Amino acid sequence: MAFDWLFFLEVLIAGLLSGAMYSLVALGFVLIFKASGVFNFAQGAMVLLAALTFVRLVEMGAPLWLAGVSTLMVMVVLAMLVERLVLRQLVNQAPIILFMASIGLNFFIEGTAQGVWDSDVHALDLGVPDLPIDVFGMLISQFDIFAAAMVAALVVVLAVFFQKTRIGRALRAVADDHQAALSVGIPLQTIWVVVWSVAGVVALVAGLVWGSKLGVQFSISLVALKALPVLILGGFTSVPGAIIGGLIIGAGEKLAEVFIGPFVGGAIESWFPYMLAMVFLLFRPQGLFGEKIIERV
Amino acid sequence: MNLSEFGRNSIWAAIIAVPMMISPAAAQQFIPVTTYDTGPYAVNGQPFMDGFVDYLKMLNARDGGINGVKLTWEECETGYKPDRFVECYERLKNKGEAGASLFNPLGTGLTYAVIDRAPQDKIPVISLGYGRTDASDGRVFPYIFPMVTNYWSQSTAKIKFIGQKLGGMDKLKGQKIANVHHDSAYGKETIPVLAKQAEIYGFEVTHFPVTHPGLDQKATWLQIRQYKPDWVILRGWGVMNQTAIKEAARIRFPRDQMIGVWWSCAEQDTVPAGAAADGYICAGFHAAGQDFPLIQDILKHVYDKGDGAGPKKAVGTILWNRGVVNAFLSVAGIKTAQKKFGNKVMSGEQVRWGLENLNLTAADIGSQGATGLVPPLKLSCLDHEGGGGVKFQQWVGDHWEMVSDWIETDQSIVRPMIEASAAKYAAEKGLTLRTGMSLGSECP
Repeated sequence: MAFDWLFFLEVLIAGLLSGAMYSLVALGFVLIFKASGVFNFAQGAMVLLAALTFVRLVEMGAPLWLAGVSTLMVMVVLAMLVERLVLRQLVNQAPIILFMASIGLNFFIEGTAQGVWDSDVHALDLGVPDLPIDVFGMLISQFDIFAAAMVAALVVVLAVFFQKTRIGRALRAVADDHQAALSVGIPLQTIWVVVWSVAGVVALVAGLVWGSKLGVQFSISLVALKALPVLILGGFTSVPGAIIGGLIIGAGEKLAEVFIGPFVGGAIESWFPYMLAMVFLLFRPQGLFGEKIIERV
Repeated sequence: MNLSEFGRNSIWAAIIAVPMMISPAAAQQFIPVTTYDTGPYAVNGQPFMDGFVDYLKMLNARDGGINGVKLTWEECETGYKPDRFVECYERLKNKGEAGASLFNPLGTGLTYAVIDRAPQDKIPVISLGYGRTDASDGRVFPYIFPMVTNYWSQSTAKIKFIGQKLGGMDKLKGQKIANVHHDSAYGKETIPVLAKQAEIYGFEVTHFPVTHPGLDQKATWLQIRQYKPDWVILRGWGVMNQTAIKEAARIRFPRDQMIGVWWSCAEQDTVPAGAAADGYICAGFHAAGQDFPLIQDILKHVYDKGDGAGPKKAVGTILWNRGVVNAFLSVAGIKTAQKKFGNKVMSGEQVRWGLENLNLTAADIGSQGATGLVPPLKLSCLDHEGGGGVKFQQWVGDHWEMVSDWIETDQSIVRPMIEASAAKYAAEKGLTLRTGMSLGSECP
């Protein structure tokens, strides 16, 4: 039987669109890692908190804009608390200590989000139909196209923020060299609050997109697992890396599942991205776009 | 108060309090409640266990327990993880006057984890509507009770239902069925029986595993689109279900040709899927809704007094009702045991006898206000399932509508498979089949 190139293209497009959604979660990790050197294990929990807060406010009768603004405020308050109660206490600690703290933070945010709101599943309708459109016989989801557009818009906003604004340049300075940034008067603690707030905004966008796809529930915190191979592949410090990495992982896992899966019993898309990332690690440990770490001793 | 007064008062307090402390407490039957209120499956675990606990609360409030024996329970969080369930099992098995009455793991993998322990500890395990399926053969699995209808029986009812829709079982020949299943012990349980039915009826079945938790299933559903099945059978759990329903809509697969197992068929699965769920069909072994005197009693004696385990809006939903049915059958086993051993606290071994000799007639069910909620059941040493039927229901936008009567399962297919599988298990474990009067029950 002849190879169906149209089907191959359909799988590839579906994979790229999934990858864009993985990138959305990976972006939050990258922002925090760049600015504070913390691998934020709690990013998935932040996605859950943001989405739950938004959807519960909407259910209580708040208009979408008010729910969005209120949720942003919650995420900013969370950023301030994290800076005050966690980061400030752990200045100059080893990265592994900060990582462990973020694991604790993860459980705290998950528990608080479910405790304050609930652990039920909530439908979220952003008004974008989740129906396919027919393109040359391929079915492509309108919602996935919308999600990819959201990711593109977010990347543009972040790029402008980092390149063109005073605070964005300060963030980049801190990311490049904490000590040098401090020496020219950039307030590190303020920068941490800002960057965790920006990560909160990214978490909200990710939560809205994934929440309207899956329903807002605990499981959306697990989308963080989808971001890990993206980060390994794209590099922990690169925004373009998160995007390109997401697209490669998304396309790779879908093509592998469809074209290799049936020969090995299927269900390989959960581990295939990690294997792909591991192969990349062998040749480029810093990831595709990550900074090469040179330590002089 | 001076010091001597304080001393005198203390002595009087001790004289009054000590006899109160040593006087015999009311008899209490301990029922462990292993649940999952956290993790990706909490959405399903919580309403189920709320229903379970609400029924026990109602019995205590309305009847003072069972025949004068108060019911007591303790919850333990498993997170739907077998290792944590084993921890809960070990922690709770010796609690209460006569130890744990029984366990309800709420998970096939969790049940597998204690299959070897339960006979040693002499504590029955009810796996209501889940695996392991071949534990229906009580000669090999004396302490496991996959009650009402097991997965294989359900599968035969499903194929019968499809046959009915097509206009006869002969029409199944040449049909293509995609079995989309959770890639776990639970998800894989029906693969052998589907293969057997495909052989008998001449349809084709292909299996599509989905890894936990099933957040993104595009690749699976693109393969299904390529496969072009006539029917899809969904065996999911948690977030996998609504994702599957939505993905089916994305490839324009008709939802009324998609049939879910009862663990894929709660409001938690259909409501988040929105319009994509319209027309979706599900198997069920009990009814939904509040229109049963038993459930009205729970509302009256528990919720109206502000003592509900969960939110009142959950009362009557599929999973909450399933929790009630699970508790109802657990208690029915205890009551049957009390008829033989007396109205006192029953041990796990006695409850096992009660479950194995449970004969729940339509009259019994009616007298307890549960007509239509639970099908009549009769268990025996040979049959730990009980011979329940399967009803099919369809999601119509905001509620379920019944689209079939009780459909009988096909034991001519299931029973030989169960016996063969159980015999294989027995051979692997070096077990001898129970025969004659065994453990207080007659085994043919």
